[in-house]
Amino acid sequence: MSNLELSGIDRAAIGANSAPSAQSGNSALAPTAANRKLGARGLQLLSWLAPMVLVIIWEWLAQAGWLSPQVLPAPSKVIRTAFKLATTGTLLNDLVVSLLRAAAGFAIGTAVGGGLGILVGFSRIAEGLIDRSVQMIRAVPFLAVLPLVIVWLGVGETQKIFLVALGVTFPIYINTVLGIRQVDPKLLELGRVQGLSSLQQIRRIILPGALPSILTGVRYALATAWLALVVAETIGAQSGIGFLAMDAREFLRTDVIVLTIVIYALIGVTADGIARFLERRLLAWHPNYGAAR
Amino acid sequence: MNAHVAPLSAALFETGPAVVVSNLVRRYGSRVVIEKLNLRIERGEFVALLGESGCGKTTLLRALAGLDPIQGGRIVAPRRPAVVFQEHRLLPWDSLWRNVSLGLQVPDARERAAEALTEVGLGDRLDDWPRNLSGGQAQRVALARALVQQPELLLLDEPFAALDALTRIRMHELVRELVANHQPGVLLVTHDVDEAIALADRILVMRNGAIAFEHRAARNGSTPISRSELLGELGVDSHSTH
Repeated sequence: MSNLELSGIDRAAIGANSAPSAQSGNSALAPTAANRKLGARGLQLLSWLAPMVLVIIWEWLAQAGWLSPQVLPAPSKVIRTAFKLATTGTLLNDLVVSLLRAAAGFAIGTAVGGGLGILVGFSRIAEGLIDRSVQMIRAVPFLAVLPLVIVWLGVGETQKIFLVALGVTFPIYINTVLGIRQVDPKLLELGRVQGLSSLQQIRRIILPGALPSILTGVRYALATAWLALVVAETIGAQSGIGFLAMDAREFLRTDVIVLTIVIYALIGVTADGIARFLERRLLAWHPNYGAAR
Repeated sequence: MNAHVAPLSAALFETGPAVVVSNLVRRYGSRVVIEKLNLRIERGEFVALLGESGCGKTTLLRALAGLDPIQGGRIVAPRRPAVVFQEHRLLPWDSLWRNVSLGLQVPDARERAAEALTEVGLGDRLDDWPRNLSGGQAQRVALARALVQQPELLLLDEPFAALDALTRIRMHELVRELVANHQPGVLLVTHDVDEAIALADRILVMRNGAIAFEHRAARNGSTPISRSELLGELGVDSHSTH
């Protein structure tokens, strides 16, 4: 235990003194040496050790009465609350509502961002017409328009879906344009030599070539979609995970609040996992993504 | 070679040249790169084009491939030529057979690709990814992709320059065999004198945008052109290089 705390302090000290040279010197040696001793599996297990210990410490502090339940309830209490809300309350319903909002916003944002991205990626005229406006709107942090969105759309479903879609549109747009523009011109030349039509060039060379970048956009978009949802649901929702949290705040139910935070985190991790899965499947050819054959 | 080659070499029985270039002019802005160049390549003829960097040999190949516009003269070829570039230019997201059949508008594309890959010795790798290939293997796939089009003119733009010496020699043998089987007219752009001597029926040296020297390879035992003579044409004093 003392060992662990020591290493934690160590790290903080290095961070505070900002002495990257010393740290990088250490970490450059450490993985190979550790690899030899533990193997990949051992390292994987080791990486889970610290979070597990932290949760145990948290539980122990709460049980011992050091942590007031008003401030932070014990993990076991949060789990019990989760079961109770799932069986007797509206937790599952709220979860579904939140997921539907995210999905709807994500679909709209992807369609708009991807559509505009493809247009601009292929056509210099479309770029001239669209790109500057999009870049200017993008410069605005999308959460800053929230008051305006509430004035326009109220605090109903439309406002929440709109906000998610807005957050999703830009990462998808930028990465689609980037992906299309980054396709190797030598491969396009090859397409001409092989006698491909414009449509075949797009289908066989440009879109597959742009796909890694587009999927990167999807991952960013999933993260912003989630952020947008949390913010949108925190303001004037009658259902959903965010509503659950705000409702719990009224009654100082920190166990429910912590539960909603954990749920948001879990959904974020799941979304990221789906994105990774898509990358592995769709980019199996790519040395950085595909499973080795 | 094998029986399946037969339909591919049908072009052998057609007549006429693979390409005729007359008075070709190619300019970049005001700079003239190729000035009134004439060239005729027969089917089945292997022509090597030597020259220093910047003499216009790659420019000529790109004009023949239809990749760059020309500013004067005519290029007459019966069909679209096939090209093998210095880099393999395989699509990394397509399996080998999909790469080979790129642009092939036939229902049995996979079978054709399989035949072509078998010809270059990769018939067992149809569904493999390009990233699992060595440099020489990738270039063999590029050759298969060019030949599956049954070209009457095959343009090779220093296709072996990036390969190691041993692989290059193996590639030379393979190319000689493939050209003998398919009988396209070949224009090989290279700056490797030995490669030109080893492969070509006719060697051209290009200088300042024009063909400055031409040599027909010796057949039936007459003395072949010497390496030093060719190097001399390229402006290299061969005694100082060994």
